[in-house]
Amino acid sequence: MNGRTAAVRRTLGSTTATVYAIFVVVAIAGAILAATAGSAFFTEGNLESLLTATTVLGLVAIGQTLVVLLGSLDLSVPFVVSLSSVLAAGVMLGSADNLVAGILTAVVASTLIGLVNGLLVGLVKINGFIATLGIGLIVSGYLFTNYQGSTGQASPQLVAFGGLTLGFVPVTTILMFACLAIVMVLLTRTRTGMHVFAVGGDPEVARMSGVRNAVPVIVAHALSGLFAGLAGLVVVARLGVGSPQVGSQGGYDLLSIAAVVLGGAVLAGGRGSLWGSLGGILIFATIDSILGILQVNPYLKDVVRGVIIIVAVAVYARRSVPRRPARFGGGAR
Amino acid sequence: MPALSIRSLSKSFFGYPVLSDIDIDLEVGEVHGLVGENGAGKSTLMKILAGVYAPDSGSIHLGETDLRFTHPTQAHAAGISTVFQEFNLLPDRSVAQNIYLGREPRVRGFVSSALMNRNAQALFDSLGVTTISASARVGDLSVAQQQIVEIAKALSYDARVISMDEPTAALADHEVALLYGIIRTLTSRGVTILYVSHRLREIFDLCDRISVLKDGVLVTTRAAAELDEQELVRLMVGRPLSTFFATADADAVVGDVVLSLQSAGNAWVDDISLELRSGEIVGMAGLQGAGRTEVLEGIAGSAPFTRGTVEVAGKTVRIRSPRRAIQLGIAHITEDRKATGLALGQSVLDNALSVVRATTPRRVGAARRRALTMLQDLELSARGPDQEVRYLSGGNQQKVVLAKWLLTEPRVLLLDEPTRGIDVGAKQALYVLMRTLAAAGHAILMVSSELPELIGMADRILVLRDGRLVAELPAASDEETILAAASGIDTGVAA
Repeated sequence: MNGRTAAVRRTLGSTTATVYAIFVVVAIAGAILAATAGSAFFTEGNLESLLTATTVLGLVAIGQTLVVLLGSLDLSVPFVVSLSSVLAAGVMLGSADNLVAGILTAVVASTLIGLVNGLLVGLVKINGFIATLGIGLIVSGYLFTNYQGSTGQASPQLVAFGGLTLGFVPVTTILMFACLAIVMVLLTRTRTGMHVFAVGGDPEVARMSGVRNAVPVIVAHALSGLFAGLAGLVVVARLGVGSPQVGSQGGYDLLSIAAVVLGGAVLAGGRGSLWGSLGGILIFATIDSILGILQVNPYLKDVVRGVIIIVAVAVYARRSVPRRPARFGGGAR
Repeated sequence: MPALSIRSLSKSFFGYPVLSDIDIDLEVGEVHGLVGENGAGKSTLMKILAGVYAPDSGSIHLGETDLRFTHPTQAHAAGISTVFQEFNLLPDRSVAQNIYLGREPRVRGFVSSALMNRNAQALFDSLGVTTISASARVGDLSVAQQQIVEIAKALSYDARVISMDEPTAALADHEVALLYGIIRTLTSRGVTILYVSHRLREIFDLCDRISVLKDGVLVTTRAAAELDEQELVRLMVGRPLSTFFATADADAVVGDVVLSLQSAGNAWVDDISLELRSGEIVGMAGLQGAGRTEVLEGIAGSAPFTRGTVEVAGKTVRIRSPRRAIQLGIAHITEDRKATGLALGQSVLDNALSVVRATTPRRVGAARRRALTMLQDLELSARGPDQEVRYLSGGNQQKVVLAKWLLTEPRVLLLDEPTRGIDVGAKQALYVLMRTLAAAGHAILMVSSELPELIGMADRILVLRDGRLVAELPAASDEETILAAASGIDTGVAA
């Protein structure tokens, strides 16, 4: 067997490939179900709404993937999404002049929250689950004491940008893919990115190899904050107003983690991929879309999501490597 | 001028000297063997060279420079690399990513995977290794290939001195030959190798000179040509066996067979046949990786046997899980107390009751009443039954593990390295306890890497090599005989 066939076999056997295989199966099943219900699945309108649904969760999941690769979690994302939306809408107040100021305020505040998460996890050594839960609660408290219901108004350009499409592809989706590409470069072409995998895989091995473990931890958490902030801006562009509840209603914390895990990442860290996470989100968006077409009870989609996560992770778990090499043939009793 | 000089190096842990006044010179391009029994101080010496521990006194000189390490990366920077027994690799990353972790080569600010792979491949080429691809995932490699990746990583720091701790422990014979080739390539380039191994054949195959450590003291450094295997074993052992071990009572009765294995095996051990009688202590010897732990795990159901027959008290049984083993009266005191023996964050009492709670909940009340007496009998020194076991010393932690298993009223006790990491006083207490348990009718199977302990305690000694039982030796066997059987060399004594 030469190197190339080995590489092909590895790619075909990889978890990411499995994720997209599941996606294709779900999409085909969806098309068939939609056809039996008398409507088409692959229409431009339908695909556009599918991609739109992918964008916000996609942005959050990009950051979440980074954090999960490290072996940490970010539970503060839904509140950062909300905060970003109310800050942006609150600064813009419907005026074109305040567009840049609004975007900057939202992005800087979100990144700072991510940075605080990173400092708590990387330097103070608080468990990521706890640190981001605490920060999330603080932000949530701030939101609900200062805002009741929708607030502010988006600049008209932002609303226009939110509605822009290239063919049936929303420009915000293209923006999300651009972010994905940047993070891909970060993970594969920079030391910090490579060290995200190393610290997630085994912090002690990383440390013994001379890696300063705090750096990837802080960078990944800060980026998770930034991407949640961008997701908040996309929300404002769609809704036209800021909302203190939009993040928690979206359930972005658990959904993004679920998408990352569905994409083949291991919560203990060190293993996972951005493409996998994207596949996870596409699967979720497709299911939502199909169930929408079929007009089934919306709560049923959570049941379907739950089943898919469990089945997928059970499939991945079956491939885990044996813990030590065999010396003798297994042999039946 | 030597490549590396170690001068009057001393190190003690908790006031207990582990290395005293060691002087060794490593010449440029030599393979220097470091041998000694377990606990002789070899690992400590290697860890000092690697910058993991700082010495209490003494110095290390590399050429003209005096070295002081406070972190492993400083040792690497100085040109000293260490290949430890446990792999320091990330299984999910590629070979090249592992080798250059923390020092990824960059082109115009970006890490270049192509350059990294090329460098790694060049490194393998220079070692004459053609079977490892730089882009392969480390977890997909064989253990031998991972070992070579470790060596390549050590070398990639431009190491002038590489120390290797039991590099062949996990390797098969034909893989060992590959390692020999690599070591010869390295020395021909002027790299100095410090080679630690229990396998004396390898020491003689490879080494130019040999240093022998015993109880933290350097016994001698000699040219390998001046020594033969018998002489080397004598230098390593040559220690009077004190009355340190509790002796069996003259009227101790060995009873019926309680556990018997016939040709038991699985993926890690093969064709294991043995009998264990109540009232006896059977020792199991073997080199690192010989399969001793795997035999215990097979009996205890944590890595079940897939072949052969197991009988407990005369009845054929299939032990497919630890739960089944516990129900049959088998207690498995594991090697790694902290990972598999104790819940460190829980109290003494919770730990002591954990197995009873899990397997025979109806007996928890009775076990709780007995637990306190038992902990007292074991002379546990703790603030009380509510103290977290995390804060106990190694010896006291081991007592909690023992209490936990004794509360299940087992017939068979499987002890894996029961005295590892506990101090001398606690060891002696444990020896006395083992004798008491045997006298009370328990059957004990003990794995230990410390030969004096096996010889002192066991009524007979089974020797494993490469996953198979190769010898059964009587109680009074000497260390030379056991070592010979375990390593497969001929010291002139029939094994």
